[in-house]
Amino acid sequence: MNIVSMIVAAVQQGIPLLFGATGEIVTEKSGNLNLGIPGIMYVGGISGIVGSFLYENSLHGAPINPFLGVFIPLICSLFGSSLMGLIYCFLTITLRANQNVTGLALTTFGTGLGSYLGQSLTKLAHSETPDISLIATGSLFRKSFPVFPEKIRWLGNILFSYGFLTYLAIFIALFAAYFLKRTRPGLHLRAVGENPATADAVGINVTAYKYGATIIGAAIAGLGGLHFVMEYLGGLWSSAGFGDRGWLAIAIVIFAIWRPNLAILGSILFGGLYILGVKLTGPIASIFGAGTTDIFKMMPYVVTIIVLIISSIRNRRENQPPASLGLPYFREDR
Amino acid sequence: MNETTVIELKHVSKRFGRILANDDVDLDVLQGEILAVLGENGSGKTTLMNMIAGIYYPDAGEMYINGQHAVIRSPKDAFSYGIGMIHQHFKLIDVFTATENIILGLKDKGRYNLSEAKRQVRAIADKYGFIIDPDKKIYDMSVSEKQTVEIIKVLYRGANILILDEPTAVLTPQETETLFSVLRKMKEDGKSIIIITHKMHEVLSLSDRVAVLRKGRHIGTVDTKYATESSLTEMMVGKKVTLNIERTEPVNPVDRLTISDLTVMNREGVKVLDHISFTARSGEILGIAGIAGSGQRELLEAIAGLQKMSEGTISYVDPKSGETVDLRDKTPMQIRELGVRLSFVPEDRLGMGLVGNMDIIDNMMLRSYRRGSGIFVDRKKPKDLAETIIQDLQVVTPSTSTPVRRLSGGNVQKVLVGREIASSPTVLMAAYPVRGLDINSSYMIYNLLNVQKANGTAVIFVGEDLDVLIELCDRILVIGSGKITGIVDGRKADKEEIGSLMTKTVSFSEGMVR
Amino acid sequence: MNETKKKVSEPLLQISKRDAMPWWKSYLVRAAAILLALLISGIITAALTKANIFVLYKTMFVNTLAVVKKNKLVFSVTKLWTILQEVAILLCVALALTPAFRMHFWNIGAEGQVLMGAFGCAAVLITLTGKVPVPVLVLLMIVASIVGGALWGVIPAIFKAFFGTNETLFTLMMNYVAAQLISFSILHFGWGASKGMNYTGVINLLGANKRVGWFPSIFGQQYLMNILIVAVLTVLLYVYLKYSKHGYEISVVGESENTARYIGVNVKKVIIRTMILSGALCGISGLVLVAGTDHSLSTGTAGGRGFTAIMVTWLAHFNPAYMALTSFLIVFVERGTKELSTAYAQISDNLADVLVGIVLFCIIGCEFFINYRVRVHLPKNRKEGKAE
Repeated sequence: MNIVSMIVAAVQQGIPLLFGATGEIVTEKSGNLNLGIPGIMYVGGISGIVGSFLYENSLHGAPINPFLGVFIPLICSLFGSSLMGLIYCFLTITLRANQNVTGLALTTFGTGLGSYLGQSLTKLAHSETPDISLIATGSLFRKSFPVFPEKIRWLGNILFSYGFLTYLAIFIALFAAYFLKRTRPGLHLRAVGENPATADAVGINVTAYKYGATIIGAAIAGLGGLHFVMEYLGGLWSSAGFGDRGWLAIAIVIFAIWRPNLAILGSILFGGLYILGVKLTGPIASIFGAGTTDIFKMMPYVVTIIVLIISSIRNRRENQPPASLGLPYFREDR
Repeated sequence: MNETTVIELKHVSKRFGRILANDDVDLDVLQGEILAVLGENGSGKTTLMNMIAGIYYPDAGEMYINGQHAVIRSPKDAFSYGIGMIHQHFKLIDVFTATENIILGLKDKGRYNLSEAKRQVRAIADKYGFIIDPDKKIYDMSVSEKQTVEIIKVLYRGANILILDEPTAVLTPQETETLFSVLRKMKEDGKSIIIITHKMHEVLSLSDRVAVLRKGRHIGTVDTKYATESSLTEMMVGKKVTLNIERTEPVNPVDRLTISDLTVMNREGVKVLDHISFTARSGEILGIAGIAGSGQRELLEAIAGLQKMSEGTISYVDPKSGETVDLRDKTPMQIRELGVRLSFVPEDRLGMGLVGNMDIIDNMMLRSYRRGSGIFVDRKKPKDLAETIIQDLQVVTPSTSTPVRRLSGGNVQKVLVGREIASSPTVLMAAYPVRGLDINSSYMIYNLLNVQKANGTAVIFVGEDLDVLIELCDRILVIGSGKITGIVDGRKADKEEIGSLMTKTVSFSEGMVR
Repeated sequence: MNETKKKVSEPLLQISKRDAMPWWKSYLVRAAAILLALLISGIITAALTKANIFVLYKTMFVNTLAVVKKNKLVFSVTKLWTILQEVAILLCVALALTPAFRMHFWNIGAEGQVLMGAFGCAAVLITLTGKVPVPVLVLLMIVASIVGGALWGVIPAIFKAFFGTNETLFTLMMNYVAAQLISFSILHFGWGASKGMNYTGVINLLGANKRVGWFPSIFGQQYLMNILIVAVLTVLLYVYLKYSKHGYEISVVGESENTARYIGVNVKKVIIRTMILSGALCGISGLVLVAGTDHSLSTGTAGGRGFTAIMVTWLAHFNPAYMALTSFLIVFVERGTKELSTAYAQISDNLADVLVGIVLFCIIGCEFFINYRVRVHLPKNRKEGKAE
C-alpha cells in the first residue's frame, strides 16, 4: 500500500468522524453535552438509506435522476437526525432532564432504530445477505472530480478522489470555525455555553440558541452517518459496520479542544491511525505482533485522554470545555 | 448644575415574603448630578436601585423618567430609557475579551465588525479617562478592570443614567480615585450617576446630594454641601431603639482565644484581613460590627480552619489544662482532635452549615458522625438530639425526617444553632444568626447565646443590626475594609460612634487596638 | 412569586419548582409514564405487524415466561431464570454506579470497568487453569476482577480530585481503551476461539479442566449463584451507603463540597476511595459475567450494560428497590420484543432497543412533572390552571 492511497483512505475514514465532531462542537458550544451523537449518526445513515431505497424502488428499472438520487437521501438524513436532536432538546431543555442520561438513551434508541430499519429493509429487499445494497445511489455519492493530468496524478488523488460529502464536511467545519469566531450569532452562542445567566441578562434568548445549536449540530452529525453508508461503503448498509465511530467523534471534540478547524486534522489523524492499524506490516507491526490493529485503534482514545489531562493541568482558559457544559439552565433557579 | 429631573419615584414599595424591602419611597434624580444613596445593610438601597434597573418590578408606586410615566420590567426596558446599572457581582464572560463582553447581546446595524466596536470602546475610554485594553480577556483582569468593562458596557449601550452598586467595595484607594475622576467627567458630560455606598468620606467628597434610606424608608435627601459626617450617620442609623435584650455581667472572664496579626489574602492577592488582633474571653459575647464584606466571613473561617492565613497566630487556651495551642493552618478535623470545642454557625446556612436535602437527623450527624470506633454511624443519639432541639427550640417541622430545605428560615437556623451549641462549645462563633428571622426566633437566638455566655463559652457574634449589637454584646469590635477600626464597650457605646467607625477606612494605631 | 410581574407579557406556561410531591403521587406519575411508554411501543408494534394490540401485549407477557410444549403453553422455569440472571447483572452494574453518582461523580465508564473486571477474570482462567489449585485460581479470579475494575475507576478519579479533569469525558474514553486492550490481548496472546479471532471460545468447556473456575450450579440452577452474589451485594451496598460513615461522607460530598469542608471531610480522599469502590463493583459484575454466565471474553462481554445501568441508576434515584424494578422493566421489554420477533416476521430483535429507548424517554420526561409545577396562563381570561 503506497502513501497516497493511505492518505486517501485516512481521509475517507476520517470524514464521518469530522461530521460527528463538528456537529458535537456546535452542540457543546451551547452548553449541551449530547452523548446521543452515536445514535444520531446511526439515524442519519439509515434515514438516507431508507430515502434512497424508496426512491430506487420507485424507479422500476428506469435510470436514476442524479439530482433526486442525491437530494432525497440527503433530505431524509437531515430530517431524521434533526428529529433526534429535537427529542434531546425537548427532554433536556424544556423538560429539564439530565443531559448525560438523555444522551445515552438517545444512543440506545438511535442505534436500535438504525439496526431495526436496516433489518426490515433487508427483509423487504429479499436480500440473501444481511445487507442492503443501493449501488446506483452510492455511485452518485462517490462521484469525484475528473482525474488530474498523469504527471501529478498523486496530488489529484489526494485532493480530488472523494465524493461531494467529503468537501462538504470540510466546508462545514471551516464555516463552523468561522461562525463561532467571527460572527455575532457565534459570539452569542459561545456566551450561552459559557455563562447562560449572563447571556440571558443581556437579552440573548438562551433557549432558542440551545435548541438551534443542538438541532443543527445533530443534523451535521447525521451527515456523518450518511457519508459512511453512501460514500464510504458505496450505498451499503450493514448493522455492525458503523462501530464506535460516534464515540470517536466525541473524542475528536476533546482532541480538537472544541475547535472545528482542528477537528479536520483530528479526524484525518484518527482515520489515519485506524488505517495504519489495519494496513501496517513490517517492523512496527512486529513489535506488537498479533493485535497491532487494536493498539492503533486504541491510540485515538489514549491521545484524547492525554489531551484532556494536559489541558486540565495547564488550565488555560481557552482550552477548557464550555463552562456550563452539561449543566442545566433555568432562569427561575437563579 | 442643571435642575432637570430625570428620574422621579413616587410611593414605590417592594415586599419579599414577609419583609418589606422598600416602603413608600419617593426619590428624584437630577440631570448631571451624582446622587449618593446611603444606608445600612438591609436598608433597601439595592432593592430600590434594582427596580429602576428592571431587575425587580415594584409592588406599588410609579416611576417617571424624564417626566414620562415609565414601566420598567427588564434590564432591556431600563436601557431603552437610558438607564444602566453596574452590579456588585459582575456579569461578564471570563473567556471573552473586553470588547466581546461589551457588545454582547446587541444587534448589528451593519456587518458584525469587531474592530469597529473596539474603536468605539477606545473612544468611550478616551472620552472619560478609562484605561482599558479592548483585547484583554476577562480572566486576566483585576477587579477594577472588570468594573471598567461593566461601566463601558453600560455607556456603549447609550446610558445617560448610571447606577453603581457599591463600586468601591472591591477597589484599592488609588483605583477608587481613578473611578471618581471618571465619574466626575461623566457628570460634566451631563450624565446622572447614582452611587450606592457605605463609605462616608466618599459620599462627602464625590456626591452632590445624598439620599438616606433606613429600614426600607427614604429618610431624606440632603445637599452634600450642607451635610456632615455626623448628621448623615444620625440619619442612617436613626434613634436608638430599645429592644430589651437581656445582658448579664460576664462571670470570671478569662482569655480563651487570642488572635494576633491575622492576615488573609483573596485569590487576587488583595488583603481581605489585614493584621487583625483581638482576644475573645470566656463568659462574654464579643460582637463584630462592620459593613457586609469587610472581612467578617474570612475572619470566622480562618479561626474555624477553613481559610488559609498568610500571617498571624490563633492561640486557644484550654479551659481545663490551661495549655495554649496554636490553631493556625489546622484543618477542622485537627482542631477537633486537639480537643478544642469550637462551634461555628456560618452565614451560609444551607450551603455550608447544613445540607438542605438531608433530614434533621442527618444534619445533626454532620458534627458527630465520626464518633465511635466502628464503621457504622450511630443515628440513635442524633435522633435524640434532633428531638430535643425540636422540642426545646420549638422547631416547626412535620418530623425529624423532613429535609431541612423545606423548613422556614427561622426553623432552619434553630436547627443549625441547636446543633452547634449541643456540643457544649468553649468557643461559639455565629455569623448573622438572626438574618431573615422573625422577632420571636431572633429573641430565642439571643437567649441561646446568653445561655452559652452564662456557661462560660466565649461567644463571637457577627451582626448587622447595631441596636442588637449594643444591647447584646459585652464588647464590640468594629472592622472596616479588613482592618480593626475600634473596639468599644457594649454598655457604653452609641450607634453613631459605631456607625462612624464602620464607615471609616483608616486603621487605628496598633496600640489603641490592644 | 414575583416572576410573573417581571415579564412584559405573561408567559403561557409558568414553571416553578415543587416543594415535594407526596410519594404516592410521584409513583402514579411514574406508573403513568411507563404505561404511556408501553402504549406507544404497542401502537408502533401493532402498526408494524398489523396485529391486535392486546394480542401483542399478551404474546409479549406470555411468551416471555412460557414455552409451547405439545401445543400447550407451559410456564418455563428456564426462561424465568434467564430473565432473573439478566436483571441481576444489570442491577449489579447499576449498584456499582450508585456510590459514584451519589457523590455527583459522573462515572460513564462502567462499560470499561466491567470489561476490565471480565478481562482480569478471564486472563486468570485462561493462563492459570491447571497450574494452580482450584481454590487459589478462584481467589485470583476474584482479585484480578476487582483490581481490573478498580484500576479503571480510580484513574479518572485521581485526575478529577487533583486537577478537576472532566470525569464524564475521561471515563467515557476509558471504555474504548478497555475494549481495545481486550481485543489486543486476545489476539496477541492467542486466546481466541480460533486464530485471528478477537473473542475467546467458552473457557474450560471440555476436557480435564471442564468447568474449572465456573460458578457452581446450586440446586441444579446454573444462574442461582449469580443472583445470590448480586443480592448479597445489594444488601451490603445499601447498608454501606445508608449506615456507614463512608456512605455518609459520600452523601455530604455529593450534596455540598462546602459543607464537607466545613465539617472537615477530605474531599479528594473521598472521591478516590469511592471511585475505587465503584470500579471494584463493576469488576465484580465482570467476574459474574465471565465466571457465572458467559464463560468467555470478548469486547461485547459487557454488552452495553454499562450504559444502560447509568440510566437505571439515575432514574431509580439510587434506590436499590427501584433499581431492581427498572432493571426488570428494561430486561422485560428486551426479552418481550425478542419473543415477539419470533412470533411476527415484521419484527426483529433490534426493535428491542427502540422500545427500550421509548420507555427511557418517557421515564426521563416524567421526572419533570414530579419536580416542577406547571401553571397554564390562558391568554384571554388569565385563569390560573394547574396541569400535572
